[in-house]
Amino acid sequence: MPKTLFDKIWDAHAVADGLIYIDLHLVHEVTSPQAFEGLRLEGRSVRRPDKTIATADHNVPTDGTPAARLIRDELSRVQVETLERNCEEFGVPIYSLGSHRQGIVHVIGPELGLTQPGLTVVCGDSHTSTHGAFGALALPIGTSEVEHVLATQCLIQRRPKTMRISYAGELGASVTPKDLILATIGKLGTGGMAGHAVEYAGPLISALSMEGRMTICNMTIEGGGRAGMIAPDDATFEWVRARPAAPDEFDAAVERWRGLPTDEGASFDQQVEIDAGAISPMVTWGTTPGMVVQVTGAVPDPAGLDAPADREAAERALAYMALEPGTPMREIPLDRVFIGSCTNSRIGDLREAASMIDGRRVADSVRAMVVPGSAKVKAEAESEGLDEVFRAAGFEWRAAGCSMCLGMNPDILAEGERCASTSNRNFEGRQGKGGRTHLVSPRMAAAAALEGHFVDIREWA
Amino acid sequence: MDPVEVIEGKVSVLDRADVDTDQIIPKQFLKRIERSGFGDFLFHDWIRSGQIELEPNPILLAGRNFGSGSSREHAVWALRDYGFEAVIAPAFADIFYVNCTKNGLVPVILDEEACRAIAHAGEARVDVDDQTVNFAGGVVRFEIDEEIKHRLLHGLDDIGITLQRGDEIDAFERAGAADRGPVTTSL
Repeated sequence: MPKTLFDKIWDAHAVADGLIYIDLHLVHEVTSPQAFEGLRLEGRSVRRPDKTIATADHNVPTDGTPAARLIRDELSRVQVETLERNCEEFGVPIYSLGSHRQGIVHVIGPELGLTQPGLTVVCGDSHTSTHGAFGALALPIGTSEVEHVLATQCLIQRRPKTMRISYAGELGASVTPKDLILATIGKLGTGGMAGHAVEYAGPLISALSMEGRMTICNMTIEGGGRAGMIAPDDATFEWVRARPAAPDEFDAAVERWRGLPTDEGASFDQQVEIDAGAISPMVTWGTTPGMVVQVTGAVPDPAGLDAPADREAAERALAYMALEPGTPMREIPLDRVFIGSCTNSRIGDLREAASMIDGRRVADSVRAMVVPGSAKVKAEAESEGLDEVFRAAGFEWRAAGCSMCLGMNPDILAEGERCASTSNRNFEGRQGKGGRTHLVSPRMAAAAALEGHFVDIREWA
Repeated sequence: MDPVEVIEGKVSVLDRADVDTDQIIPKQFLKRIERSGFGDFLFHDWIRSGQIELEPNPILLAGRNFGSGSSREHAVWALRDYGFEAVIAPAFADIFYVNCTKNGLVPVILDEEACRAIAHAGEARVDVDDQTVNFAGGVVRFEIDEEIKHRLLHGLDDIGITLQRGDEIDAFERAGAADRGPVTTSL
């Protein structure tokens, strides 16, 4: 019987009904301390430290602080130091603050070649779906499940349903994978993919870079999806080749991986088709990623929504965002710009953002920062001179971490500040209490920084 | 986890859709390394600003897609610590739902109409074994995975159960498929 990519990975990892084996467990400081403590209380060990790896990302300052013990915020310092101690006690390898391999957990996994086709990957973080870009089954888990995987290397999991989102046509000029996924969530809703492992497909997806694929899979959770996946192909194999964790017998691995893509005629529980050619650069206006319009559009009028719950949600969102219905998105003035996060902080993202600058400077009214996703991305960008391009234009050039995506470190919005952000969530208070977030692509964010408001980058030169 | 069979009492209503876990427990409270003490910070910004009032009753009635966003289990710990023992909603985000079941917070999925009726009644009785919710005005049935129900009813420790299946995990590893992944300790 023809199988989907998901079916193949799932079936190959079923230890028993409802119990799947995990090949790679990524750990960070925020969702792991209670899990390690649980092991300690029960006298349990980590079953496979050789399939587990940790880094510090959520809490770390991006000011170049070189070691955990020097983090000024006491609670953050304790949490990162706790991770270091736990890893030492349980034998788990860690790239903490100061390591040349430290970075956002979803950036360093692929960067080290740990993320490979056909694997099952888990992490106590909802953006774990990122790793599905390599044709892996990557599942976000909670802290109790982190503890369970540490102790057993298995995850209790009901088989999710499958969904395929097929894109027809091509992306227009200056329309990026970020716009594609924002438009997809806008169309399907924040719960539209709930309960499903989602495969993104179509010629357009196959033509994307690995970084673009990661951006799309990353935001699957914003559509409620259990996992996002893309069939592995030559681009995937070339990414993994020669990275530190690539398989020793690489050609044999590639042969195996070539058997992973969904078979002709395999069935999905749900299929969706989206016309990619109709997608424009997108900007969110509200407080969920599904509240999104094209940049040429305007803030919608809640009165136009049929369902009372949707109307109330839109009204509350507009009140929080301090926006009036009908305001053209391009006229919304900005205070801050953030380029970074597990969605858009890889070298390709930074190159795209830098390409928009072309000798211009950040608008006087805007404070803009660029935060590479990992120490390696930072070094690579600096070797290309991107840091100089950004600095010369008035952007702050920071050290690696989750930074202003979630405001758990000193990079936060002040009350009432409005930010164009390449991150993944525009929830109330996400980037700082009272902060207002508009999600955009790296190119759109860079252009917005230079102009002080959103611009249609297709017409902007 | 303590066994949970029946939850009975007043219902607190939070009539909003897409309530994300950033609202349930804002990020500044995720720096603790303990599981306890999160109740004081439940819906911190919304409660402090007077946007909502939430009685610490046994049952919370919420809107669709409750618990979306971040996988932070701290959201469930905060709800439990605050006093909630069951949450009823038309739909939950997947990770949040699972996190509830690991902490004895019973997630109950009911359609919008039943949710409205329960909100109106103000009190309810959730019976996990029977899979029913009783309230003044009716009784409705809800679906829950048999395995999850069994673990809730008996307060079972997931890890203990899986460790008892160590032979199956050993066999899986011996069969060789587990050798294909990367080795993190040799980087």
